[in-house]
Parts: sequence; structure tokens; C-alpha cells
Amino acid sequence: MLKNVHFGPSVLPFLLVLPQIAVTLVFFIWPASQALYQSVLLEDAFGLKTEFVWFRNFEELFSDPHYWSSFEITVVFSFLVAFLAMSFALVLALLADRVIKGSGTYRTLLIWPYAVAPVTAGALWVFMFNPTLGIVAYALSALGYEWNHQLNGGEAMALVVMASAWKQVAYNFLFFLAGLQSIPKSLIEAAAIDGAGPGRRTIDIILPLLSPTTFFLLVINIVFAFFETFGVIHAVTAGGPAGATNILVYKVFNDGFVGLDLGGSAAQSVILMIIVIGLTVVQFKYIEKKVSY
Amino acid sequence: MARVVLEGLRKTYPNGFQAIHGVDVEIEEGEFLVLVGPSGCGKSTLLRMIAGLESITEGQLSIGDRVVNNLEPSERNIAMVFQNYALYPHMSVYKNMAYGLKIMGLPKAEIEERVRKAAAILELTDEQLTRKPRQLSGGQRQRVAMGRAIVREPSVFLFDEPLSNLDAKLRVQMRLEIKTLQANLGITSIYVTHDQVEAMTLGHRLMVLNAGNVEQLGTPIELYQRPASLFVAGFIGSPAMNFADARIDAAGKNITISGQAALPLGDGGMLEHGGRDVILGIRPEHLELVADAPDAVPMTVSVVEQLGADTLVHGHFGESKSNLTVRLDGIRHIKRGETLPIRVTPDHLHVFDPKTEKRL
Amino acid sequence: MVENRPLLTLFSHIMLILGVAVIALPIWIMFVAASHPDIRMTQVPLPILPGGYFFENLDIALNRGLSGQSGQGVAHMMVNSLIMAMMIAVGKIAISLLSAFAIVYFRFPFRMFFFWMIFVTLMLPVEVRILPTYEVVANLGMLDTYWGLSIPLIASATATFMFRQVFLTIPDEMLEAARIDGAGPMRFFWDILIPMSRTNIAALFVILFIYGWNQYLWPLLITSEPQMYTVVMGIKQMLEAAEQAPEWNVIMMTALLAMLPPICVVIFMQSLFVKGLTETEK
Repeated sequence: MLKNVHFGPSVLPFLLVLPQIAVTLVFFIWPASQALYQSVLLEDAFGLKTEFVWFRNFEELFSDPHYWSSFEITVVFSFLVAFLAMSFALVLALLADRVIKGSGTYRTLLIWPYAVAPVTAGALWVFMFNPTLGIVAYALSALGYEWNHQLNGGEAMALVVMASAWKQVAYNFLFFLAGLQSIPKSLIEAAAIDGAGPGRRTIDIILPLLSPTTFFLLVINIVFAFFETFGVIHAVTAGGPAGATNILVYKVFNDGFVGLDLGGSAAQSVILMIIVIGLTVVQFKYIEKKVSY
Repeated sequence: MARVVLEGLRKTYPNGFQAIHGVDVEIEEGEFLVLVGPSGCGKSTLLRMIAGLESITEGQLSIGDRVVNNLEPSERNIAMVFQNYALYPHMSVYKNMAYGLKIMGLPKAEIEERVRKAAAILELTDEQLTRKPRQLSGGQRQRVAMGRAIVREPSVFLFDEPLSNLDAKLRVQMRLEIKTLQANLGITSIYVTHDQVEAMTLGHRLMVLNAGNVEQLGTPIELYQRPASLFVAGFIGSPAMNFADARIDAAGKNITISGQAALPLGDGGMLEHGGRDVILGIRPEHLELVADAPDAVPMTVSVVEQLGADTLVHGHFGESKSNLTVRLDGIRHIKRGETLPIRVTPDHLHVFDPKTEKRL
Repeated sequence: MVENRPLLTLFSHIMLILGVAVIALPIWIMFVAASHPDIRMTQVPLPILPGGYFFENLDIALNRGLSGQSGQGVAHMMVNSLIMAMMIAVGKIAISLLSAFAIVYFRFPFRMFFFWMIFVTLMLPVEVRILPTYEVVANLGMLDTYWGLSIPLIASATATFMFRQVFLTIPDEMLEAARIDGAGPMRFFWDILIPMSRTNIAALFVILFIYGWNQYLWPLLITSEPQMYTVVMGIKQMLEAAEQAPEWNVIMMTALLAMLPPICVVIFMQSLFVKGLTETEK
């Protein structure tokens, strides 16, 4: 934490942390406390009167079926994104780890979707699946399936999941490959001498040793799906059709900025904050483990 | 060049741990003092207190005629060579050596002159001066670290185990170089090591530290011949001194190891300690193999180590449990299980009090 | 690979190539669409091979934009994105280096308090405090400014932690040697610490540049003047317009432009990028 050897006391360290602390206070702590404060207030439509209402905003939220359905959608969405992005990446990483020649080239070819903004990713996928023009939608209709994510909630969900997972595969691939390459070769060789073939080794040796990476990526992917897919949703479905892809983060934005429901939006923010805190704690528990490992 | 005087120097950490329990020593101009002891004995702490890298809790430290307790390291006119050299990895060798001088604000020409001079002393080539530390071998890095110390033209050199990262062969070579360099430059030097051979070969005087206390201060030969405590006796000399529980007879003339043969005490005996239980120390090189001496004690051999120049024989006297080592010259053909007649030269007995562990 | 199984290796290569193809498909389709004239974008099926209209589309996208809109291209949006990304990346690195330096190399009152305060920012992504943060920026008069776009995003626990980690691995003797050489804290920071951390700084810069460039929600909130729009926002606006006039060639060209700088960074600075990604997760 602190170096054994350090500089003597002075005002300098305060000056050094000042910029960071100032930005943190003004743009993080203060707004967050405002969100907390507003979550227990009720404001009229003109912002003239505010009333302290204890937990009524939360009660309303929890009695609102739209909120619960948004919650459910978020969970389903996050699970699907994490599962799709991770399993695809894991398979590719296992394969790339096997082929010694060219694993670097494959890495180069697979990692750049990371650089694509979620909105841009959304634009690409919405174009491919555009019901009237999209090339994939056209191919599907040639196969007898009429794709229209603008009307069909399930298809809308599938599309945002694909677009989000597509972007996240790169990240997962990179970490899986790094995890695989850090498994000592001698372990694999020992297993081979014990008579385990490539498939068996993967199941008995590689996957168990990879489990810290897997768990870490699971948390990261859930965080990604929860909070960083706003752009995808905004570009592809805008939460629709009929709220089928209205994930929590999108709902906060929509209720607060478009619907101007300050108290309700603030209450939602507070719940999201609790979720992030939970996920962060889980993530750091994991890091502690990694350190002692 | 300067005298360094330590008076009642103590170090207590904020958590209450006392690292140094009071050290007094006057280091003369041009003297080479070695601080030696096992790891954790406080020798590095003491050195870092002299350097100004650790604060002094109590006592007074003077370098030359200045009390430097509260001066910054850079103001103490010292230079230090670190165990891992602490060369700045992103700077060339030249810049590493010049950095301190640049901060001092010396003119470029003088910096250049000093660096060139130091490089010449250390036989660093111009080409090596342009390299980065990681492109150098261990021995070369060591030289650069010394170069960085030399260019400061300090009044005191501080060495913190500078050779411990080198392989055995290089260590012997660099040891010689440091000794020669110090003799040529005549700069007061304080050198920390845990290696007693390094300590013996380099130091004009040695200070043996144990758990923050000074066990003994003296020339290498004094420490060897008259170790003041069990600790110093066991620490100085290789292979280590043999110890055995023993008893001095009532007359104070003879000493007996666990009921075995009595050995005569030299120098007219130790009358004042007659009848006491003591610890007897004998160096392996002071045990000799004799054919038919009346005062020989039979030793049963358990292990023989052939080193070429000498032979180390491990075994025990008769029924005694205490193991002991005998150092014999040259190559000897001795087998495990043999019994050897061994004689102790009375002049080389070291007798210690088992309670205080001090020399009697 | 432990044993030699040519068939399995061949199979692996085939699967990997398929995987790459799946990942690359959207990009390919984007590239193809960006190289055809708008008239071709209304004929089903859309082309799957590139056309010869690439540079015309590039010109339209950069300088004119969609025909239905104000006639502004995305060139200035690219500039805005670049400024925002640079300010965010440089700002985050600067304040994180300073605070990590303070936390690792100084003992001072409230040190741990500051540390935890920085840590807490990890738990407060902009998505969870949208409205109040917007209000703060509005009250400070920073709406529609580059400052407003960047400063609220430059507090970073991740970067501070990474530099803290880097500093902790620098041997103590570096500081001691510097002190014996007479270097004070700031001198040590500039002459020793920063040069010794430069690959980490570069790696972090790559990650943060991408992060900054791809910001979407935040610019969407605080910019209302088209002059301040970023290119990532431009895509979304074009998508809305696409409902009426499907000029997908221009939209896809814009998407291409929007992803080009970060992709170039990833491809050309791959090792730094990988280092940056893995280091920030420690």
C-alpha cells in the first residue's frame, strides 16, 4: 500500500490528490448523494414544490409491473450476453491456444471489435437485420423466416444480445487466451504422459485451472451488459418493441430524461448503485483470491 | 574524507520495535568499517540511519565536524552503493552517474570531467557509458553503482551488501576491487554484509551486530582470536567453531568435555572459574591429528569432506553427543567409523559462560 | 501442443477461420455498403461485394451528411470526438498519476480516506447518476463545452489503482538512490517515476483513448448544439433519419469513420493495448 520508504510530511501530497478528489467530489460523490436525496423526494411536474416522501418512490417502483419486467429483461439480457460472448470466446481461445502457428494472427483478427463503440455495433447489426433491406433478414426470408425485430420482442432481444455479445467476444477471447497461455506447459505434458488426450485434458486440467478467469469474466460481462450496453439498446430498439428490451439503465435514462420523473429515476439510480456495489464487492473478493492464489 | 562518529545511536519504529539499541563508534578518516551480522540484526538499518534514509530516534551522528542527524541524505556528503545497485533503468550509464551532479547544479564540463575520471578508475569504456543498465553484466552494473558513488566525491562511502547479487567467482573479484579502490581513494567507508569472509577480508575493523546490539568491535584478527561472545565466536570463522558443554575442575587447571578426557587450560589455568559449567569453543583448525600423544582424545568419524586443500572431518569424542569438526591440511584418507587421536592446542581454547554467553 | 495430431490442428484452423468470419461479417457488410451509391441501397438484396463508390461516400459523409439533414458532414464530429478522447485520456492519466504518487509515496493525514473516496468512484458509473450529474454540469455552465464532455469522466479509480500497482513494484532503492542524489519529490516524479512507468502510461493511454472516443451516453446528455456532437452520436442520429430515407451507404461510411481511429489504435498498438487491458484489471 504505502512504500516503506517515503517522503516526509508536507502539503505536497494534498496538492497531488487535489485534482482527482475535486473531480470525484463534484462529479461523483455529490451527484450520487443527490440521487440518494432525490430518491426520497417527490417533485411536482413544474419543479416548484418538493415533498419529502420517505420510501414512497421505492414503493411505487416495486409495485410497478413495468419496473419488474425491466428487471427481468435485464437479468435475461445480461445472462444471454455473458453466456454467448463467453462461450464463443472460450471455444475460439481453446482452439487458438492449440494451434501454435498463427495464434497471434487470430488474436489480431478477433480483438478489434473491442474498439467499436456500442452504438456503432448496434448500427451494424440493425443494418444487417433491417426487416426490409438487411442482408441477414433477406437471407432468413429466403429460408422462409420473416424477421422483424421492430414488431417481435423476442427477435428484438436476440438482436441486442447478438450485437452486445459480438462486441464483448474480443475482450473475453483476449483474457481466455492469456489465461490458457499462463497454464504451465508441464501440467499439460504431465497429463499427456498420464494418458489423457486433448479432449480429456481440456475437461480435466485446462477448464478447472481456467476457472478464476472464467469467474472474473462472468462478473465483467454482467457489468458490461448491465451498464455499458446503453448505446446498443438506444441504437437498435430504443427499449422496444413494447418495452421488450427496456433494460434498467435504459429505463433510468428514459424515465429521467424523457419522462422527467425525477424521484422515480433517482430511486432507480439508487437501486442500480446497490447492484454495482454488489458486483464490485464480488469482483474484489475474486481479486483477493487471485492474489493469494 | 571525514571522521564519522556515532554516539548512543538508537532506532525505535513507530510500532515500538527497537531495531538499534545504542551504538557508539568513532570511525577514523580513511577507515574501512564493516558492519556484519545475520539478517535482521539491524546492520542495514544502522547504515541507512547514517545515510539519512532512516530517521535517528536517539543519539547523535556526526560526519566530519557536522552533526547531521536532521540533514537530508544529499546534504550529508555521502554516497551509497545499494544491494540491487538501484541504477535508474531508463538512463544511460553516463546519465546515471551524472544525475546527482546535475541536481547539485554543477556545470556540464565538470560533470563530464568527473564522470570520465570515475569511468577511467573503474575501467568502464566510452561505449559502456552510452548503454542502459539492463545491457550490462552483473559485475559491470556493480561498477556503475560504484561510479555513481565516486563521482559525488563524498567524504563517506556507504555499501549495503553490494556483492550479494553476484555469483561466487565475481564476488571474490569485486571484493578485491573494492578493497583496492578504497585503499587508493582513502575515503572513509562503511560496509554492510552478512558474509563473514567479506567482512574479514575488507574491514580494517568489524562491528558484529546481533539483534540491534553491538556484540563486538575490533580488527578481524582480534575478533578471530578473542571473540567476546558465543555469538561472535560462532559467526566469525569458517567452518564454524565447535562448541561443547564442559566443566572446569576445581583447581581451574583442566577442562572436561561431558565426562570425557580432561584438557589442560593454558596460561596458568582459570582459577577464578574453578568448578564451573562452561561452554568450550574450539576452532576446527585448532584440532590436530597426532600419532601417540598422551593428551590425545579419541574421535569417532561420521562424515569426511574432501576439499582438496583441506579435509574436514566430522565426528564426536567418545560417548559425547556434541558433534565437532576438525580441519586437516591436504588430502587425508580417513574413513567413516574410524577412531582418530585428536589433540587440542591449549592456547586456542575459548571458554564462555553458558548464561551470559560472554567470554570468560 | 503436446502430441502431433494434424487432423485436429486442421480442424482447429477451420473453426478459427469460421469464428473470425462470424466476427468480421458485420464489418464486411458495413464496408460493402459504404462503397455503393445510395440508389443501390434501396434494391433488395443488398450487395455483398464492394462497389466503386467508396470515396464519393467518404466525401458525402465527411462534408455533407445525409441529404435530409442540415447538410453538415461528420468531419467536425470527428474532430470533437478526437478532442474529447484526448482530453479524457490525458486528463485521466494526469490526475491518476498524481494521486497514485501521493498515495504510494507519502504518509499524510486522510490518506486512506482519499484512497477510499477514489475507490468509491468505481461503484458510481455515469449510468447510475445520470440526472444529478447533468445538473451539476449544467450549473457549472459546462453544457456544450469540451470541458463538460471530458472533465466529469476523468476521475478514474482504475487508472489510479494501476499506477499504484506500478509504483509499488518499483524498488524502494530507486527513491533512496534519488534522495542521495538530492532529488526532491517532484524531481523524482518527473525524472524517475514517469520515465519508469512510460510503457504503462502508453498502454493506459491506448485503452483510455478508445474509452473516450466511444463515449455515448454522456455526450448525448450534455450536448444539444450540433457543433458539439461527437461522431458516435452522429451515427445514432443518422439511424433515426434512416427510418425515412435509407441512405445506408452514408450511415455505414460514418460507422466506418467512427470505428476507424480506435480500431487503428488496437491493431497498430496491439501489444500496448493488450497490456493496458490486462494491467487495469489487476
